[in-house]
Amino acid sequence: MLLSSLIFIPLLGMVVVMFMPKNSNKAVKWTATLISSIPMLVSFWIVWDYFFSHSGSAAMAYVEGPFDWIPILNIHYYLGVDGISVPMLFLTGLLSTISLIASFGINKRVKEYFAFFLLLESGMMGVFVSLDFFLFYVFWEVMLVPMYFLIGIWGGPRKEYAAIKFFLYTLFGSLFMLVSILILYFTSEPHTLNMLTLIEISPNLSHTLQMVCFVFFFVAFAIKVPVWPFHTWLPDAHVEAPTAVSVILAGVLLKMGTYAMMRISWPMFPWALRELSFWIAILGAIGIIYGALLSIAQKDLKKLVAYSSVSHMGYCMLALAAFSSVTAITGVMFQMVSHGLITGALFLLVGVLYDRAHTREIAAFGGLGVKVPVYTGLMVLFGMAALGLPGMSGFVSEFMIFIGAFSVLNKVLVGISVLGVVLGATYILRMVQNVFLGNFDKERWGDLTDINVREIITVAPLALLTLFIGIYPKPLETLMSATLQNLVDLLAR
Amino acid sequence: MTKYSFLICLIPALSFVMIVFFLRWKEKLSAGWSIASILISWVMSIIVLIETISRNGQPYEASYRFINLPGINIEIGILVDALTAIMLVVVTTVGACVEIYSVGYMRGDSLFSRFFAYLSLFLFSMLGLVLANNFFMIFIFWELVGLTSYLLIGFWFEKKSAANACKKAFITTRIGDLGFLVGLFLIAFYCGTFNYGDVFAKLSAGVMPLGVLTATAIFVFSGAVGKSAQFPLHVWLPDAMEGPTPVSALIHAATMVAAGVYLVARAMPMFIGTGNGAMVVAIIGLITSLLAATIALTQNDIKRVLAYSTVSQLGYMIMALGLYGYDTYHGSPSVGYFAGTFHLMNHAFFKGLLFLAAGSVIHGIGTNDIREMGGLYPKMKTTAITFMIASLSISGIFPFSGFWSKDEIVASTLHHPVFLILTLTIAFMTAFYMWRLCFMTFTGKPRDLDRFNHAHESPRVMTWPLAFLAFLAVVSGWVGMPWLHHGFSSFVYAGAHAPEHHAPSYALMIISLCVALSGIGLAYLMYYKKSISPEAIGQRFRLLYKLSFNKFYFDEIYQVAIINPIMSIARFMWSFDVVIIDGAVNGTAWLTILLSDIKQWFDVWIIDGAVNGSGWVVRQIGDGLRFIQTGVAQSYALTISALVVLFGLIKFELVYLTWSWPIMTIIFVMGVTALILVSRVVVTRQELNSDISKEDKV
Repeated sequence: MLLSSLIFIPLLGMVVVMFMPKNSNKAVKWTATLISSIPMLVSFWIVWDYFFSHSGSAAMAYVEGPFDWIPILNIHYYLGVDGISVPMLFLTGLLSTISLIASFGINKRVKEYFAFFLLLESGMMGVFVSLDFFLFYVFWEVMLVPMYFLIGIWGGPRKEYAAIKFFLYTLFGSLFMLVSILILYFTSEPHTLNMLTLIEISPNLSHTLQMVCFVFFFVAFAIKVPVWPFHTWLPDAHVEAPTAVSVILAGVLLKMGTYAMMRISWPMFPWALRELSFWIAILGAIGIIYGALLSIAQKDLKKLVAYSSVSHMGYCMLALAAFSSVTAITGVMFQMVSHGLITGALFLLVGVLYDRAHTREIAAFGGLGVKVPVYTGLMVLFGMAALGLPGMSGFVSEFMIFIGAFSVLNKVLVGISVLGVVLGATYILRMVQNVFLGNFDKERWGDLTDINVREIITVAPLALLTLFIGIYPKPLETLMSATLQNLVDLLAR
Repeated sequence: MTKYSFLICLIPALSFVMIVFFLRWKEKLSAGWSIASILISWVMSIIVLIETISRNGQPYEASYRFINLPGINIEIGILVDALTAIMLVVVTTVGACVEIYSVGYMRGDSLFSRFFAYLSLFLFSMLGLVLANNFFMIFIFWELVGLTSYLLIGFWFEKKSAANACKKAFITTRIGDLGFLVGLFLIAFYCGTFNYGDVFAKLSAGVMPLGVLTATAIFVFSGAVGKSAQFPLHVWLPDAMEGPTPVSALIHAATMVAAGVYLVARAMPMFIGTGNGAMVVAIIGLITSLLAATIALTQNDIKRVLAYSTVSQLGYMIMALGLYGYDTYHGSPSVGYFAGTFHLMNHAFFKGLLFLAAGSVIHGIGTNDIREMGGLYPKMKTTAITFMIASLSISGIFPFSGFWSKDEIVASTLHHPVFLILTLTIAFMTAFYMWRLCFMTFTGKPRDLDRFNHAHESPRVMTWPLAFLAFLAVVSGWVGMPWLHHGFSSFVYAGAHAPEHHAPSYALMIISLCVALSGIGLAYLMYYKKSISPEAIGQRFRLLYKLSFNKFYFDEIYQVAIINPIMSIARFMWSFDVVIIDGAVNGTAWLTILLSDIKQWFDVWIIDGAVNGSGWVVRQIGDGLRFIQTGVAQSYALTISALVVLFGLIKFELVYLTWSWPIMTIIFVMGVTALILVSRVVVTRQELNSDISKEDKV
């Protein structure tokens, strides 16, 4: 019931919101936020309870089903979570509610916006708890619909282009996933879509089929991550999407790619993974350097953050290629959580500035530190977190990724990837300098106001968590350790 | 107390949090709280030092696991040994003096509280760095020190130069940290732990091949190169003088830049294991020292001269440590380790003093440029006297503290003639540029009367810390006098790789003293007596002068050779992304649309065309044939009878189809046509009639 509630409460909320009277904007906002706070609290409870009662073993917890759903095709309703999905549920629950709070400024077609958002939350939760391929696929696709409209209706100037690009690109990837799923379905005897069963039996497939399925899954998930060179939908979608949607995109949707790799394609095809891991590592390294270089060249604040995501997710890919190291895989999970928190917060903060200044052009600002000290402090804090300053979560994850990758992968390759650390400092500090330091243009920004309480409420939890994980990472690591150890064992088959 | 020494770094951290969240609006309370914290830390540090001395420098260690990962031990913990205890006292002493001094220096600044918050954060980081018991933790605090340095250099961030300088400092040191990180990965890979003791034990057990060990040592050293502003990453330190002067004193002279030296000293067993690695360290130190001393000769900004002097002195220490590693590797330990750490301590006091005194001058006269100063001695006596004491100390004049440690540094180069000669040259230059500064600032005639008339001595809250540091600049060296058998020397070695105690070398002392005195003498002749014209010398060695004055063009070279290319690459990559990669994506979309357009054309004109076309044909036929169906019974009867006749003819073989069917067909068609025409006329007439009748009705 616990996991189902994560999916169906937001869905129910969507229905409720849709039936609310047309002109009750304020009520709609509050209702949606309150309803989405229920799955958030449930996800907190799951983290808490999982930590104390289930983190010792790699088995699925809170399992629901498998219940027959479409018996003739052997499709089940089957949910469960382990150490990989629990942190993701936490991230989804937290960021959804925060995003809804950050959306209070929306005044266009309020009802639809909040309804779509709740549908989105439902889909995201579904992806992270499904253990049946059909169910997984359904949620994976369901998410696209609200996302398409959220970008396409409430987005920036090029919203239609961005929305359709995002939608088609992801759909294109899903097609590959569908083919792979069908291959798995028809080669298994009896035909099954149960992920856990498939993880056990799929290494018995012929090498050709394993390779085909692995590559197809990889394309599907790589688009979501996004892995270089499938990343170009990201800057468009992130930049055009409204603030809250960018937060969800960066904070949760990108993680679905890496999550799916760890949940599906990695343990199912360890042989193919071993064959291709070097190339995956290279894609990761390219992503790190390339994303960072592009961030340096950006003139738009939001685009800078967007490209930094490409760089940060590159770290995940690098570590995922170092699959035989528990340290690296733990680093991936840390990086996923930490990137969700940090980049989510950065998007929120960029949104705060955009709401006031109506521009995101870096060159338009300068010296804002005088006028908006609290905002500056927060931006510098998260900037430092993004560049991997110790004491914050980004450092812990990058350090683990590098240590793990260094012990397994080509040392020169990892050595080159470490350059990302300096490039990261470069784009963050250039941004900080050009926006907050230097001369203050009194004429233009004289009546800029500092960040308000509602906005602080949205970023404060993210700041606290970033610091907490950075200073005391042990709990998060304990939460996942059994699962990740088991995963690494599976990959060594 | 040693057990609780982690509190020494946590107390300033608490003060940072308190100021940022609660005391921000109360300036006096912020400063008071911050100073009280550092004083508590200071007292605790002294107690810890005393306890460590009574333990004969035996290390105390305590730690807990930071994170549980298989195969790698990552922990957070403290290690208190001789080096740590000394550094704790040095950092807290200079820190306390600087904080008290800042109350006067920063008075009236709109960000007064924030300044103390940052100072507290810095002290937390620096003390944490010193207390760390493993490479992982030292790296954490290493970076935090970088952060606070960034915040403090950019404290007056509205100035463009400050905004540039803080970014430059952070990124330049981060380049060094990059190497440090790779060194850490190598350590983790080969040793599976970061703990100093465990790592060194494993290294001496030979877990690393010599080549890898050399690489690791150089990588770790590159962190020190960044933080201690060694060649080729020294460019950030002089620019860092954009920060408020107390910051320069605390961070860029006394403590933070010492972190690099501390790291080399701390990781000494690693350098001892690799002779070549240690030699690299020594050479880098020497180059840096020489380079910076040369630049310092011609600079006119008082803080910049001091900054280059810092770089030069740090190079000294690094060189001594490197030589010690090299000599020990070859089995004959020198006094280098003692010399390096000893000079580190003495330098912290006298350089901190120099900066604070310079700050006092700047505070009093309102400029950094020594060409606008002169004759300030009567106006600010305390400042002048303390500045000169520090100058004597750094020049290495007996019995000031610098004399003792510089002497040891010279002693550590005894087996390496090139090093020895250059070290003495640097000592000469040091004495010269320091006294050039003294004479130009405090003696002679005022060059800028307007500024001179407004000059005043700083308030007591600033001069008292100066006096205290001046006291230390005199006496701190006495603990390492060569006659002492249980002095600084035996304390820092704590039994490990100590050189044999040798008799003090009076010849060496006299030589280095003479060198220093001649440097001062030359400065006296040039800038006090003015019997030698500096301009003439500048003309004489024009090229050298220009190189020195322009800092050997390092900034310009880096701009052209590194920064510009990276920016161009970044911009190129962006266009690559937009044009090629996104172009491919959009191109695919365009192709898809084009394909569907073609398909649509095909669909409309060919497939649907075939469907519609057949409809059209049928329709045309129907159109043609509909005239047959006239509804006029007479024409039907005519047609039927005609056909009956025709079939009758065929039936009874009156007409032979075999040969005459074309004729028959023609006849038939003509007949039908005739019928149609007839009936058409009839129909038309009928229609006309009905139309007319309709009109009639109307």
